[in-house]
Amino acid sequence: MSTDVTAKTPAPAPPGKTGGATGGGLLQLVLDGLRRNMRQYGMLLALGLIVAFFAVVTDGDLLLPRNVSNLILQNSYVLILAIGMMLVIIAGHIDLSVGSLTAFVGAFAAVLTVQHHMAWPLALVLCLLVGAAAGAAQGFFIAYLGIPSFIVTLAGMLVFRGATEILLEGQTLGPFPDGLQKIGNGFLPETGPDTNYHNITLLLGLVLIVFVVLQEFRDRKRQQEFSLDVVPLNLFLLKIVAIVASVLVVTMLLASYKGAPIVLLILGALVVGYGYIMRNAVFGRHIYAIGGNLPAAKLSGVKDKKVTFLVFLNMGALAALAGLAIAARLNAASPKAGLNYELEAIASAFIGGASMSGGVGTVLGAIIGGLVLGVLNNGMNLLSVGTDWQQVIKGLALLAAVGFDVWNKRKSGS
Amino acid sequence: MAGPVLEMRSIVKTFPGVKALSDVTLTVQRGEVHAICGENGAGKSTLMKVLSGVHPHGTYEGEILFDGEVCSFKDIRASEEHGIVIIHQELALVPFLSLAENIFLGNEHAKGGLIDWRETLKHASELLRRVGLSDHPETRVADIGVGKQQLVEIAKALSKKVKLLILDEPTAALNDEDSGKLLDLILELKKQGITSIIISHKLNEIRKVADSVTIIRDGRSIETLDVKSAETTEDRIISGMVGRDLDHRFPERTPHEAEAKAAPALEIRNWTVHHPIDQTRKVVDDVSLSVRRGEIVGIAGLMGAGRTELAMSVFGRAYGRYAGGTVLKDGKEIRTRHVAEAVEHGIAYVTEDRKHYGLNLIDNINRNISLTALDKVARRGVVDEHEERKVSERFRKSMNIKTPTVFETVGRLSGGNQQKVVLSKWIFAGPEVLILDEPTRGIDVGAKYEIYTVIDQLAAEGKAVVFISSELPELLGMCDRIYTMAAGRLTGEFSRAEATQESLMRQMTKDKEVTR
Repeated sequence: MSTDVTAKTPAPAPPGKTGGATGGGLLQLVLDGLRRNMRQYGMLLALGLIVAFFAVVTDGDLLLPRNVSNLILQNSYVLILAIGMMLVIIAGHIDLSVGSLTAFVGAFAAVLTVQHHMAWPLALVLCLLVGAAAGAAQGFFIAYLGIPSFIVTLAGMLVFRGATEILLEGQTLGPFPDGLQKIGNGFLPETGPDTNYHNITLLLGLVLIVFVVLQEFRDRKRQQEFSLDVVPLNLFLLKIVAIVASVLVVTMLLASYKGAPIVLLILGALVVGYGYIMRNAVFGRHIYAIGGNLPAAKLSGVKDKKVTFLVFLNMGALAALAGLAIAARLNAASPKAGLNYELEAIASAFIGGASMSGGVGTVLGAIIGGLVLGVLNNGMNLLSVGTDWQQVIKGLALLAAVGFDVWNKRKSGS
Repeated sequence: MAGPVLEMRSIVKTFPGVKALSDVTLTVQRGEVHAICGENGAGKSTLMKVLSGVHPHGTYEGEILFDGEVCSFKDIRASEEHGIVIIHQELALVPFLSLAENIFLGNEHAKGGLIDWRETLKHASELLRRVGLSDHPETRVADIGVGKQQLVEIAKALSKKVKLLILDEPTAALNDEDSGKLLDLILELKKQGITSIIISHKLNEIRKVADSVTIIRDGRSIETLDVKSAETTEDRIISGMVGRDLDHRFPERTPHEAEAKAAPALEIRNWTVHHPIDQTRKVVDDVSLSVRRGEIVGIAGLMGAGRTELAMSVFGRAYGRYAGGTVLKDGKEIRTRHVAEAVEHGIAYVTEDRKHYGLNLIDNINRNISLTALDKVARRGVVDEHEERKVSERFRKSMNIKTPTVFETVGRLSGGNQQKVVLSKWIFAGPEVLILDEPTRGIDVGAKYEIYTVIDQLAAEGKAVVFISSELPELLGMCDRIYTMAAGRLTGEFSRAEATQESLMRQMTKDKEVTR
């Protein structure tokens, strides 16, 4: 530690009283925390209610193993996009180009593997690089030339959509090599004794449970070390039980069908990785700082332009990954792929707790927001609700989520 | 009708935690130009906001009589209907609309919702002529200078049948020529029977246009003087403005005897900065100053003197356009073109505007403190939350930040505690030179004392401290040496022994002609 504390505890100040401290007991603290994270807890609750609702009205069809598996496969790309979009929105920007960019990368992959028979791992790497380059180009205009992100990415939306059609000459191109297809609709391989369940998935679920529980206990211990007020033990145990139960349910559902989809593993890795970056990495902190108060961040020596640039570069790479997943799942690149995905990703982020003015939001929030939309989609499909009404309902859900948050904030006066 | 046009009686205005006006009485005679002066934060602008309905009736105590009637304005519109128009320091014109459109904004010449352009343009040209502007009324506001914009504001006021015109530091942003024109116009309007209230720091201006001057200090009206009387000298006004006793307490300081041999920790030479938009305006003009290790050097100045602009432009050119000058650290020239460079050279700037430039209000104390030097608590780009937590807990104790936990959102803290967080964040960065800009603004007396103690401690540790403040007692109590600034220039330098409130204020209110 090279820091030095320069100020001694000041002598009791003679004149007048000192700045008012806000008192409050433990309960107050818990309630406070709950209220301030209302959007996320509220959305988690809403997600639970939506799942329960559709489970009932579809006579349990929603929670059939096959359907759960499908739900994940169907929504994986929006969730991948939502992670990147959350970063963009926290930084105080927006990216309208991601839907078109996914289509473009899918088309590029098709040209490489189908037309030129390139080995798929090489094509995959090239696709990710192209996505990152596209993101970097947009990031350059936004960060270094100061063109508003709305404009730059609106342009990007048109450019990439057009480029997709040029690449594909208006045709649909497929099928993809097996390896690439696996990204979109593959599952983990089947091994081990015949248990009626997918063994590796069970094992993974178990590992995840152990990991999460250990992590929670470590966190708690750490907080106690700092004599921080921790959540009361019974509440804490309740939380652990809830986490274990939900992981267990999803694991069993997946294991009783074909096992864990590969894209779920990719998604899981992204959530853990980006969650860690946003929480613990200097880079993540700087994203929150420039979104929360740009002038203050600049005056604190944060390299705001570089951070903005990297956020868009990253968004491009994630869009490429999502594009590969879509193309692989449909087993074809189509000029109309990824239509409106940018809007779904943006909606996910806002439902999941992002703010128009930037500076707030979490990766997990984006996932919760994306799942709310995904379950709504899937549930309404099962009920054969037409896409016309689906859009109306999803629109209202977005409005309700953000409206609730605004109302809650105004009420608490923060 | 005889008698005063305006009487404000025993006005009291309280904001949460601060009493901005504790007892102000103001009487303005019909047809006069009445000046109001006082230090920054004395309550002048608040008083005018009470008068114009920005702070509506019911949010203050006391009585306002205008034209002999008791007034209870609920908003600006209500006061404008009575003929009271205020022109704020920041101009309220829409840059991309024309002069005519701006003049009648919210008050359009219209028939059935459609603008009557003939009438609008005709009337606008008349009004523009009246304020001495010959520009075409269809010119965009963005295309004329600030001086002319100020005149357009007055034209706008005239369109509202103004009886009482309030000008809040109207010449602060103007050059000499434009200032002169504006003052002439105020005198011209006086001949036409319009009463004006002018808030100003510039005493020569007050002498030129005002008939009487009311002095406000610490939220109270102190006295009203007849400017034309021979007894009302500039010194007389100054002593009214600063007349406060030195009742603030400061930590015991053994004034640092500057060691002449060592090079100053920070030296600024011939620093000149232009306004970011208006390139003809020098906001900081050829300023040279220095500060040694262990020394606290004050910079005194009134609003618009260029103190913050000087500090921010030195600190990584965070303000305006650089137009010349060098920065030396320990006698060697350094480059401070970006904030990061300035921080690397061990310079820290603690802003006067902590809400906009100092803190991320939606984030917690912990993360605000660590932001300036995240690398100190990070390994390979990953923040060690353990270490970070230790650091913020240490500052919470040493700075006495009053909060239930370091994870409290900064926006929920009191002003004094927010200021302690800003200071912590910069002390954590480990600077050798600290520029503190109004570090005790808007915080209560107890917290002020704590901040003074911290500043004293910093100097005792051998850091060089530049202390910018509008409160003279504070500078006199804390500093080893004090510079004064006015209109972007350095107008004086005082040792601790030489400096008095009066001598400083005299240099702070010096205008350009007088200095030269």
